[in-house]
Amino acid sequence: MELLLQQVMAGLANGAIYACMALAVVMIFQAIDHLNFAQGEMAMFSTFIAWQLIAWGFPFWVAFVLTVAFSFVAGVLIDRVLFRPVQNAPILSQIVAFIALFSILNSSAGQIWDYTIKSFPTPFGHEPLFGGTLIDTHEAGMIGVTLAMLGLLYLFFRGTRLGLAMRAAAANPESARLVGIRVGWMTALGWGMAAAIGAVAGMLIAPIVFLDPNMMLGVLLYGFAGAVLGGLTSPGGAVAGGFAVGVIENLAGTFIPYIGRELKLTIALVLIVIVLMFRPSGVFGRRVVSRV
Amino acid sequence: MTAVREEQAAVPSAPATGMIRRRLNLRYLGLIIVILAAAALPLAASSFVTFQVTEVMIYGLAILGLNLLTGFNGQFSLGHSAFYGIGAYTTAILMHNYDVAYYWTIPAAGGVCFVIGFLFGLPALRLQNLYLALATFALANAMPQILKFHALESWTGGVQGLSVDQPDPPGFLPIDSDQWLYYLTFGVILVMFVAAACLIRSRSGRAIMAIRDHPIAATAMGINSSLYKTLTFGVSAFYTGVAGALGALAVAFVAPDSFTIFLSISFLVGLVIGGVGSIPGSLFGGLFVLYVPNIANSLSTGLAGAIYGVILLIVIFVMPSGAAGFVRFAAGWLARLRQS
Amino acid sequence: MKQITRRSILKAGTGALAFATPLLSVRIARAKDYGPGVTDKEIKLGNTGPYSGPASSYSAVPKSQVAYWKMINDQGGINGRMINFISYDDGYTPPKTVEMVRKLVEEDQVLLVASPLGTPTNSAIWHYMNQKKVPQLFVATGATKWDDPKGHPWTIGWQPNYQSEGRIYATYILKEKPTGKIGVLYQNDDFGKDYLKGVKDGLGDKASMIIVEATYETTDPTVDSQVVDMKAKGVDVFVNTAIPKFAAQAIRKAAEIGWKPLHILSSIGNSVGATLKPAGFENAKDIVSDFYLKDPSDPKWKDDAGFKTWVAFMDKYMPDADKSDAGNIAGSSLAAMTAQVLKQCGDELTRENVMKQAANLHDVTVPMLLPGITANTSPTDFAPLKEVQMGKFDGTRWNLFGDLLKGAVG
Repeated sequence: MELLLQQVMAGLANGAIYACMALAVVMIFQAIDHLNFAQGEMAMFSTFIAWQLIAWGFPFWVAFVLTVAFSFVAGVLIDRVLFRPVQNAPILSQIVAFIALFSILNSSAGQIWDYTIKSFPTPFGHEPLFGGTLIDTHEAGMIGVTLAMLGLLYLFFRGTRLGLAMRAAAANPESARLVGIRVGWMTALGWGMAAAIGAVAGMLIAPIVFLDPNMMLGVLLYGFAGAVLGGLTSPGGAVAGGFAVGVIENLAGTFIPYIGRELKLTIALVLIVIVLMFRPSGVFGRRVVSRV
Repeated sequence: MTAVREEQAAVPSAPATGMIRRRLNLRYLGLIIVILAAAALPLAASSFVTFQVTEVMIYGLAILGLNLLTGFNGQFSLGHSAFYGIGAYTTAILMHNYDVAYYWTIPAAGGVCFVIGFLFGLPALRLQNLYLALATFALANAMPQILKFHALESWTGGVQGLSVDQPDPPGFLPIDSDQWLYYLTFGVILVMFVAAACLIRSRSGRAIMAIRDHPIAATAMGINSSLYKTLTFGVSAFYTGVAGALGALAVAFVAPDSFTIFLSISFLVGLVIGGVGSIPGSLFGGLFVLYVPNIANSLSTGLAGAIYGVILLIVIFVMPSGAAGFVRFAAGWLARLRQS
Repeated sequence: MKQITRRSILKAGTGALAFATPLLSVRIARAKDYGPGVTDKEIKLGNTGPYSGPASSYSAVPKSQVAYWKMINDQGGINGRMINFISYDDGYTPPKTVEMVRKLVEEDQVLLVASPLGTPTNSAIWHYMNQKKVPQLFVATGATKWDDPKGHPWTIGWQPNYQSEGRIYATYILKEKPTGKIGVLYQNDDFGKDYLKGVKDGLGDKASMIIVEATYETTDPTVDSQVVDMKAKGVDVFVNTAIPKFAAQAIRKAAEIGWKPLHILSSIGNSVGATLKPAGFENAKDIVSDFYLKDPSDPKWKDDAGFKTWVAFMDKYMPDADKSDAGNIAGSSLAAMTAQVLKQCGDELTRENVMKQAANLHDVTVPMLLPGITANTSPTDFAPLKEVQMGKFDGTRWNLFGDLLKGAVG
C-alpha cells in the first residue's frame, strides 16, 4: 500500500512536468490549430537563456521575468518569420517547418552551451513537503504554478475580449476577419503566449531533470500524449491528461510484472490509444461536428 | 501535367492529338532515358556511389509507402519507421536464425508488414489526424523498446542487433555484390513503383483519393471507406516493409537504434520535400533524406543539425508543395509562357 | 695488363657504386612503405561519431579528437607528416555509420578508422572493416566483444570493458556487504545490459542478491520512480550505472527520500563536475566508484604534469568547452593513443603495420590516465586498458584507495 501511494505521488510529480508541457502544447493548438513539434525545444532554449542570465549574475526572479518576456517576443517573431510564409501551404509542409525549427534550436543549444548537465535553481527549494518523503516542495510548487497558469488562461479566454478574439480567430478565421479581428496578430499572440508558457514550463522542469539540450525530448512526447489523452480542445483536460500519463506510466513500470519494467513507455502509450478508441477526441475533448 | 489535362478534355482535334502524342512520347522517352541511365550507373560509378544510390532507392520506396497512406489516403502516420524496422528484422531473423535465402525474405517481410499494417489500420479507423498521429507515434516509439526486450533476445539479438550477410551475385554475372544489390533493388523498385502508379490510376486509387479529399461524400457514394482505409494501411506497410528488407541487405546489419522515431520523421520530411501525392516525388524525397544531412555535416559538424534545419526551411519556403509541386508549377508557367 | 692507376681504381669504384646504388635505393624505398591515405607529407585518418541526434551528448568525444589532431599538426605532425583527420557525423544510427565508414575507406581512402563511437554503430561496420582489412582502431565503447584477435584481427578495443567493471563491483560488494540486497539501475541498451551481466557474473551463485533490476531510457525525464521503488523494496546496495544526467537525479532523489544504501557509481557517471555537483556534494558523500582516467574537477590533480598538459591543450584548442565533460578526456586520450601507434610505425605506414604496432603496446601511457594504469596489448590481447582503481567520495573529492583491479573478462 505504501509502495502504491509512493508511486502514485511520484507519478503525480512526474505528471506535473508533463502537464506543464501539455498546457503549452494545447495553448499553441488552440491558437494555430496544429501541434508544434518544436514546443519542447523552444522551452529548452528559453530555459538555457534563463540559466545564462543567472550565470551572469542576475537574480533569479529578474532572470525569470526577462526570460518569459524574451520568449514571448521570440514566439511572436517565430510566427511572423517562420510560420507566416508557409501559412497557406499544406499542413504537412507546416509540420516540416516545425521539424526544421526543432533541429535548429536543438543543435544551436548544444553548440552554445555544451551537453553537460547543468543544475537550475528553484525558488521553491527541494525540502520534503510536510516532512514526509512522498513529494518535495519544488514538485508541489510546480503543481501549484501549473494549476495557477491554467486558471489564468481560463480567465483570459473566457473573461476578456482579447481572449474571445483569439478563440474566434482560431475557430473561424474568415468570419473573424469579417467582424474586424486582426487574425494575423491573434495567431502571433497565441504563439507568443505558448512560447511564454513553454518557458515557464521549462524553468519548472529543469530543476528536477537537470538542464541539457536533450532535456525536452522525452517530456514533449509525454506532454503530447497527455494533451491528446485529455483532449486537444481542453486545457484543463490536457493538464489532467498530463498527470494521468505520469501516474499510469509509473504504476505500469512498478506493478505490471515481467514486461512492465522495460516496456512501460509502450504500455502507457497503448493504454492511451485504447482510451482514444472509446473517446476519439480525448477524455475531456469536444466532439467537433462539421457541416458536410 | 498539361498533357494529362488535355487527355481528359473533350475529343481533341487532329493537330492537337498529334501534339498530345508528341508530349506523351517525350514523357515516356524521358522516363526510358532515366531508367537506362540508372541501369548503367553501377557499371560506371564507384562501389560507394552505387551503395549510396541503392540507399536512395530504398528510402524512396519507404517514402512511397508513406505516400500511399498519407499522401493519397490522408491518414497521417508517424509510425513508418516501425514497419521499416519490422521488414528489416524479418529479413535478418529469417536469414540469421532460419537460413532462408535472401530473395524469399523480401516478400516475406512485405507480407508480415502487410498483416501488421492492416491490423493497425483497424483501430486507426476511429482516429483522426492528430490522434492518429499519436497512435502511430506510439507505434514508432514502441518498436525499439520491443526489439530490445529481453524475452525476444534469442530472435532479435537484443540491443546488440543482428548481422546479415550481403547477398552474393549469381555466379554467371560478372558483377560484385554492391552492383548486384543495386540491380536487385532497382528491379524491385521498378516493379513496385509501376504497381503503385497503376493502383493510383485505377478505380481503387480514385476511391482512396476520394476518401482523402471528401470522406463523407466518398462514403455517401458507396465507397467502403473502412475497407479501403485498412487495406491502404496494409499496402503502405507492405511497401515500407519491403524497403526495410532491402535496407537490411544493403547495410548488412540491424539494430534497434536504426529504427527510432527520428527515422519516421525523416520519412515524413522526405515525403513533403518530394511532394505529397507524387509517386516520382518519393524518389526525390529519398535523395534529399540521404544527401542533405551529409551536406549539412560537411559545412559544419558542430552545427550540422542547425544547418539542416535552415536548408529544410528554405526548401519549404521556396517549394511549399515539395519538388513535385514545384515541377507542376514550373511546367504550368512554361506552358503559359509558350502560349503568350 | 692494365696499369692499376689511381684513375682506374676511381673509375672501377665509381662504376661499382653506380651499379650498387640502385640496389641500395631499392632497399631504402622498401623501408618507406605507404598504405592508402599516406604520402610523404600527410596521413589521412577517418572517424565517425554522434555530432547530432539523441546521442549528441557524446559529441565531445569526436570533437576533442579533432582538436587534438590540430594540436599534433601544430607541433609538427607525426614523424614529419601532417594528420588529415576526417570525422563524420553518424547520428548514432548504424546505417549512417556504414555509409560514412564506406565513404572514408572507399572515397577518402583513409589509412585507418580511429575510435568510431558506440556499440551498435561499431557492430555494424565490424565485418566490413575486417573484410576490407582496414584497422578499426581503439573503438570508443566498452563492450566486451572487441577483444577478439582471432575472429576480427583488424578491430581493437580501448577502455576497460563494462562487464569487467561490473565484476569489480560484484567483488567489492561481496567483500563489503556479503548479505546485502542489490538494486541495479541501468540504461536499456548495450552498455547498460553489459554492466548488469558483469555484476551478475561477478556474483556467481550469489546473483540472487540482486532483487531489483531497474532500467531507464534516455528519453525518460527522470529515474525518480525507480529510486523510490528500490527503497521501498528494501535495497541496501545500489549499483548506479547510469549516465551523468540520471546518475545525478538518482543521487539527489535518494538523499531526498532519506535512503542511504551502499552506493556504487560506474565510471560513466562519476565526474565531480558533471554528476556530483548538480546532484549536490552532501548527497554524494560515501559513494564508491571506479576510475581509469583523471577527473579534471578533482583538485588533487592540480600539480600533476599529465593533467597540466591536458589543461593546456583544452585551453588552447577547445577554450569554450566544458572541462568536466568526460568526452573531452576520452577523446583526447584516444587520439593520443592513436598518435603513439602512428609514431611506432615510423615510415612503414601500411595498414598491416598499424595493426602490428597497435598489438604491440607496452606500458603506454597518455596524460589523463591514472598514475599506474598503462595500455598493454599483444597479438592475443586486444584490450589495451584493463585496470581500474576504486575511490570513495568524501564530500569534496574522490579519494582513491586499494590496488589496481582487473575485471578479468574476455
